[in-house]
Amino acid sequence: MRTEIRICGFGGQGIILAGIILGKAASLFDGNEAVQTQSYGPEARGGASKCEVVIDNKLIEYPKVQNPDILIAMSNEALLKYIDDLKDEGTLIVDPGTTDVDEVRDFIDEHNIKVYEAPATQTAMEDIGLKIVANIVMVGAITKISKVISKEAVIKAVEDSVPKGTEEKNIAAFEAGYALIE
Amino acid sequence: MTEEYFIQGNEACAKGAIAAGCRFFAGYPITPSTEIAETLAHDLPKVGGSFVQMEDEIASMGAIIGASWGGTKSMTATSGPGLSLMQENIGYAFLTETPLVICDVQRGSPSTAQPTMGAQGDMMQARWGSHGDYEPIALSPASVEEFFYFTIRAFNLAEEYRVPVFLMADETMGHMREKMIIDEEKINIVPRKMPELTDDYLPFEHVENGTTPMPAFGEGFKVHITGLTHDERGYPDTNTPETHSRLVKRLCGKILNNRDKISSVFSQFCDDADTVVISYGSPIRAVIEAVLKIRKEGKKVGYIKIDTPWPFPEEQVLELTQGAKNVIVVEMNLGQMYWEIERLLKEQNNVHFMGKIGGLLPTPDEIISKINEVEGK
Repeated sequence: MRTEIRICGFGGQGIILAGIILGKAASLFDGNEAVQTQSYGPEARGGASKCEVVIDNKLIEYPKVQNPDILIAMSNEALLKYIDDLKDEGTLIVDPGTTDVDEVRDFIDEHNIKVYEAPATQTAMEDIGLKIVANIVMVGAITKISKVISKEAVIKAVEDSVPKGTEEKNIAAFEAGYALIE
Repeated sequence: MTEEYFIQGNEACAKGAIAAGCRFFAGYPITPSTEIAETLAHDLPKVGGSFVQMEDEIASMGAIIGASWGGTKSMTATSGPGLSLMQENIGYAFLTETPLVICDVQRGSPSTAQPTMGAQGDMMQARWGSHGDYEPIALSPASVEEFFYFTIRAFNLAEEYRVPVFLMADETMGHMREKMIIDEEKINIVPRKMPELTDDYLPFEHVENGTTPMPAFGEGFKVHITGLTHDERGYPDTNTPETHSRLVKRLCGKILNNRDKISSVFSQFCDDADTVVISYGSPIRAVIEAVLKIRKEGKKVGYIKIDTPWPFPEEQVLELTQGAKNVIVVEMNLGQMYWEIERLLKEQNNVHFMGKIGGLLPTPDEIISKINEVEGK
């Protein structure tokens, strides 16, 4: 079955890496198909950043996300911009430290959206001592919530994708994010 | 042996180049093609190759033409603004019969327009961008794995016909990541045909199939290379009409006479189709999704995926659309390959156009709406 995931926030938050890890986990380590695409402005940091992952158990033709099953917002600007695309009864994951979910409450109620708050930035700073791993904390939360990618596959993909020497901190960030969700 | 990757189209292109035997890259980084240069800067020295970041795209083309004459398979990668600057030297490469590969990862245009957004606005520039009569070869990949294998094919065609070959990708193709499986058994490399060093050797001889084996500098050959009209020795002969006519007709003929070997398409469901949708590059993926969906609803729709926009696969497209009432051409511009297809099919089909600019891929729903609109007429 086709699952469409969109992760959005600011450039510099590691949005695209988060999507690469999910795509790699699904395709190389779970043996499914995955396509990851991205859109960003010409700025290196600070502009809007959007990363999309499509996961399926059969060959994926159309590579882009149209109506995400899961929307992950790591900035309020991104939340407001993309909430309208979310599928009815879809899943919204937000970082409460960087977004205000009350601003989209009407949409959530009207479309029966399941909302999860994953304080990724706070957890990254307090548990790991590094704000920069907030994206990997979020990957942990997404893995637990989405159930379309196995935990083992994502751990392999994190190890395979982060810079050498940072694996331990990143795995700790992943586990902390995984533990955030009941 | 097979290997599995989850990588970008641009990285797949760089890996394909190395697998094809490319050992020289000169270029000027430009979004959305930069990862090709970045990957080759990293990987070429490991296989004994060289990477040069040049001062601009004019010099980049000059450098790869020189490297090719030095006997090395060479390439550059760019986007629309860079392709514009390369045009003069591209013409020089055609007239001097220099094999090389130019990858254009197309972005919103004209001018520097949209660096990070996709488009297919350079298709006619690949065809007609440099002045004069010449016949280019261009390939358009539609998946990461195809980008790898099409890059190898681009080098092979360049060597086989001694011509520049274009890889016409687009931003989505360049930046998209998906699974790529490299099967060593599927890799077939065409090495450069070296001529025999004899006293009467002619580097630009009018051989029957049109393509003369190419000498390399440093191997003992004495060769004069010029962008002026030249005789079979390579010396300028600019005032004899026959020399020019014979030369340029041979250069065009070596591609056109081998069109059936160069051109390729992939198609599905065209046999019984009332409507055939034609596209290439990343938009074809939206077309396939749309066609598979409405086929399930019983509509007789097929598609043709053009793998080689140039030389255009005329015979295949004419045959596959024979029974169709309507043809729809989908591309990310305001009409380029459409005119080529309209010219070809207007006696046979109603040819419609669906163009999208702005940077986003057409969606399957937009294509289904277009099919319904056309069939409702």
